[in-house]
Amino acid sequence: MDFLFVIQQTLGATIGVNTIIFALAAIGLNMHFGYTGLLNFGQAGFLAVGAYSVAVSVESYGIPLFISFLIGILNSIIFALILGIPTLRLRADYLAIVTIAAAEIIRKVARSATFNDVLGGSDGISGKFGKDFFDLNPFKSGLETPIIRFSGNDLWVVIVGWVIVAIITFLMWVMVNSPWGRVLKAIREDEDAVRSLGKNVYLYKMQSLIIGGVIGSIAGFVYALSRQSVQPDNYSTALTFFAYTVLILGGAARVFSPIIGAMIFWFLIVFIEQMLRQAVTAGYIPEWLIGVNQVGQIRFMLMGLGLMLLMIYRPQGIFGDKKELALDARA
Amino acid sequence: MQERNSNSTQFFVNVEKIPGAKKMDPILIADKISRSFGGLTAVDVEHLEVQRGAITALIGPNGAGKTTFFNLLTGYDKPNQGEWSFNGKKLNDIPPFRVARLGMVRTFQLTKALYRLTVIQNMALAAKDQKGESLLRSFFPFTWRKQEAQIRLRSEEILKKFKLIDKQNDFAAALSGGQRKLLELARALMVEPELIMLDEPMAGVNPALKQSLLEHIKDLRTQGKTVLFVEHDMDMVMEISDWVVVMAQGKIIAEGPPQSIINNQDVITAYLGAHHDTELDENSESMASKNMKGGVN
Repeated sequence: MDFLFVIQQTLGATIGVNTIIFALAAIGLNMHFGYTGLLNFGQAGFLAVGAYSVAVSVESYGIPLFISFLIGILNSIIFALILGIPTLRLRADYLAIVTIAAAEIIRKVARSATFNDVLGGSDGISGKFGKDFFDLNPFKSGLETPIIRFSGNDLWVVIVGWVIVAIITFLMWVMVNSPWGRVLKAIREDEDAVRSLGKNVYLYKMQSLIIGGVIGSIAGFVYALSRQSVQPDNYSTALTFFAYTVLILGGAARVFSPIIGAMIFWFLIVFIEQMLRQAVTAGYIPEWLIGVNQVGQIRFMLMGLGLMLLMIYRPQGIFGDKKELALDARA
Repeated sequence: MQERNSNSTQFFVNVEKIPGAKKMDPILIADKISRSFGGLTAVDVEHLEVQRGAITALIGPNGAGKTTFFNLLTGYDKPNQGEWSFNGKKLNDIPPFRVARLGMVRTFQLTKALYRLTVIQNMALAAKDQKGESLLRSFFPFTWRKQEAQIRLRSEEILKKFKLIDKQNDFAAALSGGQRKLLELARALMVEPELIMLDEPMAGVNPALKQSLLEHIKDLRTQGKTVLFVEHDMDMVMEISDWVVVMAQGKIIAEGPPQSIINNQDVITAYLGAHHDTELDENSESMASKNMKGGVN
């Protein structure tokens, strides 16, 4: 078994592009669900809006990349408004239903044959739309060490990505510790009480939905840029639920939990996969039990098992406070 | 104490003891308000005026529409028809948060403490016009820190009065039911209301806390605030209210000072039904009050 390779792959994944994408998606959800109590089950939709805004603007309309980011943010604000205006006055579960449906509508529209020439249909859009971004890369030779390795492009995405994660996390910290954040947390507890104290609950919920959505669309930018392609089926509901997993893993309503949650999530997936792959190839696991082709599915089973154990023995997540969780029972 | 009571009852010297009576200086006026759910008319109030600076109790058997009426007045529900105004301002189509900002703050029958906020956060949240509650300013702590410090001082002052200061850093969920009621009242005061509407402030509160809650409510009157409360606890109604309004089946059936209400034939009928005369003749007052207590809850 090649342990060095396992370490290299695992480390690369733990701080890699996917971790950044999931951390950002989960930071957005943390704003929605963790702090405001909004059940957004359509975070994948916000990522799709971000990713497609960039790819379509550049590839189909020839708009400069950096302007396409602004378009992406604008689009995600519009998406949040469309979701929020009819549902935020209603009970929380309505938002859940509407968001999960809206995210699916976006994916179905993106993969429909009707808009094939603009959105690329089920194949999505591949190309060089990230060229302007990668042209700025000062580390074109990449990173090559025995325990960690990134290609030039990946290294640039990872560096810029972590800077963005750090900035957004800092801003989140400032926001949730302000009186504004206090109103959000109060809304999460009981919005009627907050109304009775003279706060415009609807406005705060809308602000929260927009901010979390914009952060989600930034995750979409990273997703699209890192692969220089967008594919509709990457933005299915599974993405939303993985982002929730990341958030719960770290512990909801904690600023750092999306980051640590995403790291653990990708560490586990890649570590389990690489270990299994190595063990099967080396013959430690007999072929009749697990074949090389089955490793991909089995890692998710083991991942699920690991998450179950975590939720049983540490239901509050890594950063959560068990005392606080008990309070939720409305004793 | 007795003197203050007579001061506030003075408001009612020339007020007729009939449903919909005109008050000297009403802070809240409701007119022809009705709300029905399907075929059931939950609230059908012809006219009600609430006297400024007094404690008014709203009583009535279960299902009389008291809470629904509260919800209508505070914007949590919309009536099918009717008009109501607070300090002369029409409140139709005003959302609950604006009603609160106008100075009319309510509490809830099922206490709404904000569980995973600490006691002091519950208090500070309710303060008016905190600039840091705007999204943009939240990024610039220097624009709201000073104000926050003042709010904190005021919160602590009120918490001291309500004997919750030792709990200020506990989660609200860690308080007992009675303490949560106290917190809810204390929090409502942070909004600096002119009219406080309490929905069953005594429900589930133990006798010791009950007494202190009573004192706090009386204290509000001393400060010149107006209190309107829904309550089933007749002892409390008798002890602190200056004026009592009785609702039954959505309508106001009687109004008057507490002592007149307890002997009012319509009220007794609403609570107990029409056939009970014999017992009442023997010791009408105490029997009535006892039965009324038993008849509800």
